[in-house]
Amino acid sequence: MLYHVINTLIHIALLLAMPPLLPGVINKTKAFFAGRKGPPLLQPYFDIFKLLRKGMVISSTTTWIFQSAPVVTLAATLLAGLLVPFGPFAAPIHFTGDLILFVYLFGLARFFTTSAALDTGSSFEGMGAAREVTFACLSEAAVLLGLLVLVRLSGSFSLTPMLLAPLMHRPEAPVLLAAAGLFIVLLAENSRIPVDDPNTHLELTMIHEVMVLDNSGPLLGLIHYGAAMKLFVLSALVLHLLAPFHIGVPAADWVLFIAEMIAMAGIIGMVESFMARLQLRHVPTLLAAASLLCGFGFVLMVR
Amino acid sequence: MNTALYIMMTAILGMALSGVPGLFLSRRGMAGQWMAMLLNVLATLLGIGALIVFASGGYHNVSLAWRWALPWGGVAWGLDVITALFLLPILVISAFGSIYALGYWKQTQHPGNGRKLRFCWGLMNAGMMMVVLARDGVLFLMAWEIMALAAFFLITTEDHDPCVREAGWIYLIAAHIGMIALVAMFVLLRWATGSFDLWLTIPAPAVQGSAAAIFLLALLGFGLKAGIMPLHVWLPGAHANAPSHVSALFSGVMLNIGIYGLVRIGEIIAVAPLWWGVTLLILGAGSAVAAMVFAVCQNDYKRLLAYSSIENMGIVTIGLGLAMIGRSINRPDLILLGLGGALFHILNHSLFKPLLFMGAGNILHATHSRNIDSLGGLAGKMPMTAGLFFIGALAICGLPGLNGFLSEWLIYLGLLRTAVVAHGGTSVWISLAAPALAVTGALAVAGFVKLSGSVFLGNRRSAHADHAHDPGAGSLMPMVILALGCVAMALFPSGIARLLVRAAHGWAPKMINAGDSIGLLAPLHEMALLNAVLLLTAVGILVAFWIGRKSSTAAVPTWSCGYARPAKRMQYTGASFSRMLSQLFAWMIPVKPLAPPEGRYFPQPTELTQDAPDTVLDRGLIPGFVWMQRVFMRLRPLQNKPVNVYLVYMLGILLLLLLALRF
Repeated sequence: MLYHVINTLIHIALLLAMPPLLPGVINKTKAFFAGRKGPPLLQPYFDIFKLLRKGMVISSTTTWIFQSAPVVTLAATLLAGLLVPFGPFAAPIHFTGDLILFVYLFGLARFFTTSAALDTGSSFEGMGAAREVTFACLSEAAVLLGLLVLVRLSGSFSLTPMLLAPLMHRPEAPVLLAAAGLFIVLLAENSRIPVDDPNTHLELTMIHEVMVLDNSGPLLGLIHYGAAMKLFVLSALVLHLLAPFHIGVPAADWVLFIAEMIAMAGIIGMVESFMARLQLRHVPTLLAAASLLCGFGFVLMVR
Repeated sequence: MNTALYIMMTAILGMALSGVPGLFLSRRGMAGQWMAMLLNVLATLLGIGALIVFASGGYHNVSLAWRWALPWGGVAWGLDVITALFLLPILVISAFGSIYALGYWKQTQHPGNGRKLRFCWGLMNAGMMMVVLARDGVLFLMAWEIMALAAFFLITTEDHDPCVREAGWIYLIAAHIGMIALVAMFVLLRWATGSFDLWLTIPAPAVQGSAAAIFLLALLGFGLKAGIMPLHVWLPGAHANAPSHVSALFSGVMLNIGIYGLVRIGEIIAVAPLWWGVTLLILGAGSAVAAMVFAVCQNDYKRLLAYSSIENMGIVTIGLGLAMIGRSINRPDLILLGLGGALFHILNHSLFKPLLFMGAGNILHATHSRNIDSLGGLAGKMPMTAGLFFIGALAICGLPGLNGFLSEWLIYLGLLRTAVVAHGGTSVWISLAAPALAVTGALAVAGFVKLSGSVFLGNRRSAHADHAHDPGAGSLMPMVILALGCVAMALFPSGIARLLVRAAHGWAPKMINAGDSIGLLAPLHEMALLNAVLLLTAVGILVAFWIGRKSSTAAVPTWSCGYARPAKRMQYTGASFSRMLSQLFAWMIPVKPLAPPEGRYFPQPTELTQDAPDTVLDRGLIPGFVWMQRVFMRLRPLQNKPVNVYLVYMLGILLLLLLALRF
């Protein structure tokens, strides 16, 4: 009992505290490959704390949707984070069918983020919202196909037993295919290169950042925090497929999990360093490829 | 023990007669409308009372047979759990619709057609109740026809408008093609079972071919009513052109009747062949995805809602197909989750879709425009409508926290369960409907963000919206109750779940026990708790917003990356919002921008609209019928001849018949 309580507390503590570290690691990696010194590792924390202390400027066009969207998004992401097992430890909340809830919580977040973007009445933000909902249609297919692979492998309908199913019984190719597909979705959903460039200075080509142009102060801080948390949660999920290694000693496993997450952020940073951003019109092809990878994984298991 | 049915008969009578007193009252006064509303509400209360009697009697099937002086014998009625589940939306939505109409379609403002509308409204509701209660084929068909014809007159309420007349004609043709299919189906059913009684199981030795023909005819007849995708052609036009409370009734109730027929057809054969379920599943999945693609591309918000109804019926059909597959391969879990999810989704759809159509009615009443792109910023002018519409939109997208998620979740779980079987086997591929459902969900978010975002948020795009305001409390009250219903279904699903199990028990008594529990397969209780957490969070956010609304935040115009003078018309419109998606699906729906030619030397004021045709109707059926008309015109020379030529024709036919008999 105590064991579970402690693991749950560690889970929640990591979920709340660790997310902003990942963008920090990504930026540091990118700076390393570009031969720069780069911002401090903890810069995202500094940014969020600074924003939370600042005042807000809110467009007079907006309604309650605009201000509630960042909070709803954060709440949905937080709940999704409670459904994913970190490392070899069961998630705080797990029940049959929680994987569908997991997928739809991000849909809830998307509904509010894109509505808030339309709420400002600016065409740039509408543009970002349109891209977000369009690409989501393609990535949802990939996610469900990837989850189908895992469901079939593990024979269970809950994220915790599904992702913690014994490694021995996993046929390698389908898992790798699903992992590749889900990794592409991870990049797309978190608006990383090659789908979206968080650092671009051209509003016309952005997706996520352009939707939040009119946010400021604490709301913007919440958005940054929520985005980092989404990256953290999805990375923790994909990690189970890429690196299903466990030591067996709880303390060591938690340390290993943290190290793996940092390594994951490093990999994302390397992808960003070595790849160029795709043209927007090519993004659907990439996402279709993700669906195909997951779909092939499924086909391989059925045959 | 037939008390429940006798009370229900009285309710049907009250419903059917609700519009009659108004016919004899002044067309300038409100008395007739009030009387119709009161009669309708009274009939609803009676009907609900009958259902309570039925429930307190332990849900035992009751039936009633009357002798009737018609050549085909008696009239049989019956009430079981499935019928009760379909009766409930008819009763509730008809009452709410007639209350809503008191503010929306006032007799004093519509002296020309208000009385006709209410007369047909009552007949339509009575017809639908009779359809689900009928246990005799001939009675079923008569009730079906009453419903279909009343619906025609409801669609053509504003028959001075050519668009309305066209929509009405298309509906009438579709309805009668469906009727022909159903007549043929009942004839075959009579032949297979030996009686007109419904819904008897076809005895096993009956020819498999006839069962297949019955299924296909039922699919055509009931599918046309439910609007399953290639058969949906009448639906968008009818929903868009009817008065909004009529659209609410159509979408929330009448489409259900088509599904009701399909549910019953699933029952009539002891062991259904696998392809029945698979056909339904494929049709449902295709219908859901394609309809939502069409919905996203619409510029008329009532058409968008209509396509979304097709999508929801598609989701229901997926569930139903899954249940049929469960019947064929002997998997009770698939029946519980599939049929349970389908029936649950029907109930949910009957809550949120009328809510959305009533919201659309408020917008139309306030702005007189059905074009998404000429509205905008209505949330400030009509806050109640906007808030209620958002609740409906969140629910219909199946997002967690509201009821739509629960029913889709049951269907998802059923689909996922088919992925876990031993190697090979057809049933594994069935689970591929789950990704289709996910794409539908993402498309639904796109469509409803487009609708609510462009209509309620941002700035006003045209003068249409300048004088908009919320309607009176009378029109808002039904919407508030429907929204509360959505919340209640999300928080307390266990009562519904027990009903769903009973329905599944009635549907497949050999595989499901009345005491089974959906909760073992899908922990609805936990999910409801999480819904409560999400809703409490939402309420907390709203309260915090309400308290902090006067805090020292600077309110300025939208920044828009530093535009000096952002104009209202520079906003992203609904059409531009869906442009990217419509390009992605251009092979499915050819959306064309309609731009007038540009000025030769100096730019002229210009305007860009978008034409989103219905691929099946505008690209397939209408050109097809025009072609057929041209072919048949070639036969014209055979016609209009003197009488003696016709005599020769007759002789020829007679000779042909004799020859045919000879060999």
